[in-house]
Amino acid sequence: MTGERTTVATLNRTALTRRLVERLKHDEAVIGGIGNANFDLIAAGHRAQNFYMLGSMGLACPIALGVALAQPQRGVIALEGDGSMLMMLGSLATIANMRPANLTIIIWDNGIYQITGKQATATGGVTDIVALARGAGFPRAEWVRDEAHFDILIDRRFEAGGPVLLAAKIDDKPGKGRQARDPPLIRRRFMEGLGASRD
Amino acid sequence: MTWFDTLLQILKGNKVRLIAHVPDNVLTPLINAVAADNYFVSVGATREDEAVGTATGAYMAGLRSAVLMQTSGFALIANALASLVVPYQIPAILVISERGTLGEFNIGQTLVARTMRPTLDALGIVHHTLTDQSTLRFILDSSIKQAFTTQTPVAFILSPLLTGGNPAAHAHLI
Ligand SMILES: Cc1ncc(C[n+]2csc(CCOP(=O)(O)OP(=O)(O)O)c2C)c(N)n1
Repeated sequence: MTGERTTVATLNRTALTRRLVERLKHDEAVIGGIGNANFDLIAAGHRAQNFYMLGSMGLACPIALGVALAQPQRGVIALEGDGSMLMMLGSLATIANMRPANLTIIIWDNGIYQITGKQATATGGVTDIVALARGAGFPRAEWVRDEAHFDILIDRRFEAGGPVLLAAKIDDKPGKGRQARDPPLIRRRFMEGLGASRD
Repeated sequence: MTWFDTLLQILKGNKVRLIAHVPDNVLTPLINAVAADNYFVSVGATREDEAVGTATGAYMAGLRSAVLMQTSGFALIANALASLVVPYQIPAILVISERGTLGEFNIGQTLVARTMRPTLDALGIVHHTLTDQSTLRFILDSSIKQAFTTQTPVAFILSPLLTGGNPAAHAHLI
């Protein structure tokens, strides 16, 4: 393993998700990716603007892009695992070209497919997800150095324009919470939370 | 009026504004018209399942959306339909340019095309094959309205009978 990922602290998804949610003051939409990203989002406390994605590995960022384009005044955050992001790398290029200034992507990089048996991902090898985002054309992509740095990155994420990608190197712990597996309810609550009507 | 002018007019009439797409020869005039019209938010996606994800996010945030793709692209979205669109009750408007039939030269296209309708049927997604101008407006407008009022996806398969098919196919057949 090479590059900046080797120099940053190893953090914990559950703790960072809590820190993130505590700092959200403007009804930001948060899209939780498959599995652990989702579990820790619900563990941080349900919010009306949370969307829990149940089975569509890789689609957290594309969904978040759609939300960000539909509501440019609202902050939108996608939480995605490194394995899921690797499955949908093209979406980084799409997002960089659409330039939604209100969109932040947070990658939980444990270097493994934790939930399916801890198999190694490419980011556990030589691949750097922040460098990929920069190459895709993100105006801002940063490694999270430690918890205090995470707070600063979240609070100041739009100072240099968006979209923004933040990657945190995390441990191999599973997520803590479990959401109700009720897709129509998840969708309806999310739409109400965003003030979006059915028609 | 061309088939794509009719389609654009009906999308507008139903307030469908975000159009996510992956290219196809037949769809070119439609994609170009969307990009040139400020009413639409045009999203060039890298994959069709990505496009379905973005269309879903937009819909949930109050912006109606549609996805344009070709037959082979449809074969990439079964999981997005089965795990997102159908269970979450998303009125996804899927517009699929049909290859693999009526003069196809690429054997891969003919085979992948055979997976499309069985996949739609297995997921219980209503689909209409659009073959002629006389019924185009009615089928599109009524089915899009039905999708939004009943919170269900719909697929429109654009037959070569309607669109004239892929110009490259004609070149190969000569
Ligand atoms: C298209 C698809 N392929 C494979 C799977 C199985 N699967 C579910 S979660 C997952 C791993 C996700 O890894 P990552 O995003 O890194 O999150 P982590 O589990 O490490 O938190 C896999 C392979 C799936 N659900 N969908």
